Amino acid sequence: MRAKIESESGVVAHDIYGLTEISGPGVAGDCGCGGLHVWEDHYYPEIVDPETLQPLPDGEQGELVFTTLDRFGTPMVRYRTRDLTRLRPGVCPHCGRTMRVMDRVSARSDDMLIIHGVNVFPSQIETALLRIPEIAPHYQIVLTPTETLDLFEIKVELTPEAFSDNIRALETLRKRVLAAIKQIIGLTPKIILVEPNTLPRSEGKIKRVIDNRRK
Amino acid sequence: MNINQISIFLENRPKHLSEICRTLSQANVSIVTLSLADTADFGIVRMIVSDHEKARQALTAAGHVVNVREVLAVTVPDRPGGMAEIMELLDSAGVNIEYSYAFAFHHGEKAVLVFRFDDNAKAAKVLEAAGVLTLNERQIEESAK
Repeated sequence: MRAKIESESGVVAHDIYGLTEISGPGVAGDCGCGGLHVWEDHYYPEIVDPETLQPLPDGEQGELVFTTLDRFGTPMVRYRTRDLTRLRPGVCPHCGRTMRVMDRVSARSDDMLIIHGVNVFPSQIETALLRIPEIAPHYQIVLTPTETLDLFEIKVELTPEAFSDNIRALETLRKRVLAAIKQIIGLTPKIILVEPNTLPRSEGKIKRVIDNRRK
Repeated sequence: MNINQISIFLENRPKHLSEICRTLSQANVSIVTLSLADTADFGIVRMIVSDHEKARQALTAAGHVVNVREVLAVTVPDRPGGMAEIMELLDSAGVNIEYSYAFAFHHGEKAVLVFRFDDNAKAAKVLEAAGVLTLNERQIEESAK
């Protein structure tokens, strides 16, 4: 998507990292070297093991935590971002900056999904489905990369009672499911109706989310 | 005369219809006629079968979503204007068609169509009053041979 934006609009795109709790955008930014320089004069980054919470040395993958250095209103001390990345020290061969470079965030340490740039928790999908009695509260999120925006699909199970031999009724049901989900997460996934008892039952994130976007 | 039709929910995935047909075959149920209704994302297959109750049980046991509904098997003169006459009869009575599909056989000289109306009882009454024959399950079985 980045390459497409650059080639079609003639601008140079920069990846900017930030989180609302720290300052919003502008915690780190890319210079073109492939990673993002953390502005260490304002934010002190550390990588910790998400299980043991012990600090890890530069170069090792772990959870990014921040301590703010110049905020007085709401200072943060070792604030856990849940983002998994690593820090690289040294002078940047691309721009010459000496502030450490973080890799682009490749995963989260909890089950939050980032879909189309929006934070989505699977529990939000469940909340939406509970509002529709004709649908079983079982679902599967399928994320598939495309050349532009990732394909965001949610499979939901039809209950036998809800099936009425009427195409329009099923189409209306599908739209109600979409509206309920959209109201909560603000995104428009593709809703796929499937037969009852065909989706894997609640066994954690692994089966409820099929994320084909990165390996 | 109403006859029973089974409707089955179809996911948009390969092999779903063949699984349904195989389940019916294993239950020794034969398909007399069928119709596929589809949207981009899912479909409904509607069938007139030799034994709708057996079909419903076998398909439900195999995990499919099945619904049994009453439809009319209407005989239509097989000549230009035959269908138009039937439609005009129903139009004047204010009955609407939800869907329709055809049988592959003739009943005597006439074609036979499956109809689901918004008001099946009213449609049956109108057709009967006009002398249009609707077939029962036994007549369908006979004609299908």
